[in-house]
Amino acid sequence: MSVATQDTAVSTGRVTRTFIYLLLILFALFYLMPLFVMVANSLKPLPEITGGNMMALPQDWTIEPWLQAWSSAQIGVEPTGLKPYFLNSVLMVVPAVAISTVLGALNGYVLTKWRFRGDSILFGLMLFSCFIPFQIVLIPMAMILGKLGLAGSIPGLVLVHVVYGVGFTTLYYRNYYAAFPTELVRAAMIDGAGFFRIFWRIMLPVSGPITVVSVIWQFTNIWNDFLFGASFGGQSQPMTVALNNLVQSSTGVKEYNVHFAGAILAALPTLLVYIVAGRYFVRGLMAGSVKG
Amino acid sequence: MINKTTGIATAFAVLMSTGSVLHAADVEVLHWWTSGGEAAALNVLKEDLASQDIGWVDMPVAGGGGEAAMTTLRARVTAGDPPTAVQMLGFDIQDWAEQGALGNLNDVAEAEGWADVVPEALQAFSKYDGNWIAAPVNVHSTNWVWANKAILDELGIAQPTTWQEFVAALQAVQDSGKVALGHGGQAWQDATIFDGVVITAGGPEFYKQAFIDLDIDALGSETMVEAFNRMDTLRGFVDDNFSGRDWNLASAMVINGEAAFQLMGDWAKGEFLNAGKVPGEDFLCFRMPGTEGSVTFNSDQFAMFDVSDDDAKAAQAAMAASIMSPTFQSAFNVVKGSVPARTDVPDTDFDDCGKKGMVELAEAAEAGTLMGSMAHGHANRAAVKNAIYDVVTAHFNGEYDAETAAEELANAVEGAM
Amino acid sequence: MANSNTQADFRTRLQDWIPKLVLSPSLAAMLVFVYGFIAFTVYLSFTGSKMLPKYDWIGFENYARLWGLSHWWTAITNLGIFAFLYITICTIIGLGLAIFLDQKIRGEGMLRPIYLYPMALSFIVTGTAWKWIMDPGIGIENTMHLWGWESFEFGWIKDRDMAIYTVVIAAVWQTSGFVMAMFLAGLRGIDNEILKAAQIDGASNWNLYRRIVIPLLRPAFLSAFVILSHLAVKSYDLIIALTGGGPGRATELPATFMYSYTFTRNSMGIGAASAVIMLMTIAAIMTPYLYAELKEKA
Repeated sequence: MSVATQDTAVSTGRVTRTFIYLLLILFALFYLMPLFVMVANSLKPLPEITGGNMMALPQDWTIEPWLQAWSSAQIGVEPTGLKPYFLNSVLMVVPAVAISTVLGALNGYVLTKWRFRGDSILFGLMLFSCFIPFQIVLIPMAMILGKLGLAGSIPGLVLVHVVYGVGFTTLYYRNYYAAFPTELVRAAMIDGAGFFRIFWRIMLPVSGPITVVSVIWQFTNIWNDFLFGASFGGQSQPMTVALNNLVQSSTGVKEYNVHFAGAILAALPTLLVYIVAGRYFVRGLMAGSVKG
Repeated sequence: MINKTTGIATAFAVLMSTGSVLHAADVEVLHWWTSGGEAAALNVLKEDLASQDIGWVDMPVAGGGGEAAMTTLRARVTAGDPPTAVQMLGFDIQDWAEQGALGNLNDVAEAEGWADVVPEALQAFSKYDGNWIAAPVNVHSTNWVWANKAILDELGIAQPTTWQEFVAALQAVQDSGKVALGHGGQAWQDATIFDGVVITAGGPEFYKQAFIDLDIDALGSETMVEAFNRMDTLRGFVDDNFSGRDWNLASAMVINGEAAFQLMGDWAKGEFLNAGKVPGEDFLCFRMPGTEGSVTFNSDQFAMFDVSDDDAKAAQAAMAASIMSPTFQSAFNVVKGSVPARTDVPDTDFDDCGKKGMVELAEAAEAGTLMGSMAHGHANRAAVKNAIYDVVTAHFNGEYDAETAAEELANAVEGAM
Repeated sequence: MANSNTQADFRTRLQDWIPKLVLSPSLAAMLVFVYGFIAFTVYLSFTGSKMLPKYDWIGFENYARLWGLSHWWTAITNLGIFAFLYITICTIIGLGLAIFLDQKIRGEGMLRPIYLYPMALSFIVTGTAWKWIMDPGIGIENTMHLWGWESFEFGWIKDRDMAIYTVVIAAVWQTSGFVMAMFLAGLRGIDNEILKAAQIDGASNWNLYRRIVIPLLRPAFLSAFVILSHLAVKSYDLIIALTGGGPGRATELPATFMYSYTFTRNSMGIGAASAVIMLMTIAAIMTPYLYAELKEKA
C-alpha cells in the first residue's frame, strides 16, 4: 500500500503547474460553496438573512441558532431540539454498520477463496440488490416487519439497513479479497487451518483499508436515510426524521438560521467520518474495489 | 422462533424508545404540525388529555403538506401497528374508512351532539356510511386575499370587490413599480389560487359542477377557458422569480411592502401576526373579489383508527371529545389562523380576520356555498386532484394556452377517475 | 485408520458446507427482501391497487395508462438528459481532478476531503443551500449584481426548459468528488515502471495519458459508471429538495414519479408499473456489465 506516497512519473512545467493549482483551488471553492452558505447563515440572526445577502459573512455573529437547533427547536409537540434523536440514530447506525460489514467480509471471503459452482451467479444476484429503489420496498417491508413484530423499533430499522447494505459491502470485500493471493489461503488449508481460522488469521489482518471504505459507505448511507426512518422508526425516529420535521414545517416562520444549524448538526457525524477517515478511503478504494 | 424474536424485539424496543412506553391509556398521534405555533396549539390538546390522565405519544412527520405523514401511515397500517389518531385531510379520511381501518365515534358524537354544530359540508368528511370516524379540528378557507394596506393607501386603491376592480388594482400596483401579486410557483399554490379564480369565472354552481361533480363538459367548457384566461392575467402580475418560492416567502413580500397582494389560505395570517402586523391597520384580509359569499374550505381532522383494546378505545373517545370541546376549538384556531369546526364557538378571542371568517363560514354553510377546496383535497380524490394540479401548473408555467388547458383538464380528470 | 478417515471425511465435508452456510443468511435475505419484493411489485403492477395493495388482476391496463401519461414521458426524457449529462460530467471532472491531484500537489491532504465531503451529506441537508444559491433573487445572480456585475444572469432553476440542468449541477457537485477518489485510487495503482518506460520512448504527457493511463483505468471507469448510473436512476431526494419537480412538472424523474403515483396519488398500480420499467432499465444496464465482469473473473 506504499504506492500512495509514490510519485507519479509525469513531469510538468511551471506554467502548467500554476494552471493546475488554480483549477484545483477553483474546484475546491465550488465544492465548499454550499457548506459556506450553510455555515455563514447559521451564524446570523434571522432578520439579517431575510433582509440581506446570502453570500455575506454575518455582521452580527450569534450561536443562538445552533443552541436552539440542538436543544429547544420545535420538532413535535415538545420543543426538544434534535438532541434526543441523536441517540436513536447512533443506536441504529452502529449495529447496522457492524453487522453488514461483518456479513460483507464473510461473503466476500467465501466468494473469492471458497469458490463453488454457481458462485458468480449468486454474487451477481446479490449485486443487483444495490440497485433496488427503496420506494418500492416500503409496503412489502412493512408487511414483513409487522409479521416479525419488529415494526416501529430500532431492531427493525437495523434489519432493513443490513439487508440493503449487504450487497454493497459484499461487493467491496469480494473485489478486495480477489486481489489477495489465493496461494496463501491454500497453504493454510493444507496446514489444516479451518474456514474461520483462515479468515481470522490471514484475511482479517489485511482487511483494514477495505473495512474503512465499507464502514464509511454504510455509515453515510444509513445515517442519511430518511424514508425508512420515517416509515419504520416508530417512537425511535432517527435524527434525519427530526431534521425533516424541523425544516419542513409547512406553516409558521421559517427560521432558516436554525434550519441550517440543525442541518449541519445532523450531518456532523458523517462529515467527521469523511474528514478523519478520508485519507484511508482513497487507499482502501485503491487497494481493491476499483480494480474490478 | 418468531415468538422469541418478537420477545427480544419488544424488550429491545422498550429499552430503546425515548422514555415513552405505550400504556393502554395513551394516545399515539401521527401529525405534521411541527411549527412553533401549531405545536403550541396542539399542546393545548395534550395538556387537556393529561388532566384526564391520558398520555400523549407524539409521532410527528412533516413534509409536503402531510404527504410524508401519509406514507408513514401506510407503512404503519400495513405493518399492523396503526397510531391511535392521525391528522388527515378530506378524502384521505374517506379512503382509509373504505379500507375498514378506522374506528367508530358514534357514541361520543351522539353524547356531545356533534351533528347539530358541525356544518354538513364538513360532516361529509367526518362520517363514512353514517358513522363518525373523525373529529374535525378546524376549517381553513382558501379564497382569501392578503393585502398590504400601506401600499393600497399610498396608491389610493380601494379594497376591490369585483374581478375587474381587482385586475385594475393589480395593474395600478404594477405600474407603480412594485410587485402586484406575491406568489410562489409550486403546484399546490397555483391550484390554491385556481380554486378562487374558477368561482370568479363561473360562480359557486360551476365550481361544484366542475370540481365536486367532476362534470367533464363543465371541465372543458368555455367558462373553464375563461378561468384559465384569468390565470393568465394573474400570471402577468407575478414577479419573474416566483417559481418554486415557498408560500411564506410570498407572504413576507406582502409584509415587507415588496408586493401588494397575496392569494392564499387563512394560514397566511400567522405570518402577518408573527411579524407584528395588525389586521385592518397594517394588512387587509378579504375574500377574493368575485367569490364573496362562497367559502372553499379544507379541514384538518383527527381520524381515529380501529383499536381493539378497551382502554385505548376509551382514551380515543376522550381525545375526540377534547378536540370537539369549544375551549379547544377556540384556543387552537386562534393560534392557527383557521376558524372552529363547530359553528357555536364564541368569537371573543379571535382577531378581526378570524371573526370575519367565522361569520362567513356560517353564512356559506347556510347558503350551501361552503364547498370543499379542490387544491386541498376536499373536492375529489388524490388521483383526480393531482391530475388537475398537473394541468393547472403546466398552464400557469406557460406550457398550454387557455383553450388547450381546459381541454387537457377534461382529459386528465377523465383519465384519473 | 478407518476412524481417522471418516473423521477426515467429516472434516472436509464440514469444510465444504461452512462457506455455503456462511453465505446462506445473506442469500436468504436477498431472496425475500429483493427478489421477493420485486416479484410483489411486478404482481401489483397488474392489479388495480389504489391506496393499499389489492389483488385483483387487471392485466396490462396500468402499463397502457402509464405510457399514455405525458407526465411519464417527461420523467423518462428528463432521466435521459440527466443521466447522460450527470455521468459524463462527473466522469470528466472526476478524472480531471484525479489526474491533476496526482501531480505531487502540495496540500493534497487538504483538498481531498474538500472534494469528497459532499458525498457525506444528504440532500435533505444541502438541498436548501443549493436552492438558495440557484435562486436568482437571493443567490449567485443577486450576489454578482451586488458585486457590480449587473448583466450576470443565472435563473435556470426558474426556467422550465433549463431547470433540469440545475439538477445536474447539484448532482455533479455531490458525487464528482467520490468519482475523483475512485480514479485517484486507480491512478495510484498503476505501475510507475510502465509510465517511465513510455516517457523514455519520448511520449508526450498528453499521449501518455491518452494511450496508456486512461486505458489502464478501465476498471475504475466501469465502477464509476455503475455507481453513477444507479445513483442517477435512484435520484429522488435531490429533486424533492431542489425543485420539488417544478417549475410545473418540468424536473420530474421516474423515481419521483413512482413515489408520487404510489403514495400521494393513491394509484399504487401505476406506481408499481413505473417501478417495473425502472427495474428493467437498471437490469438492462447492469446485466452486460455483470456478465463481462464475472466472465473475466471465472
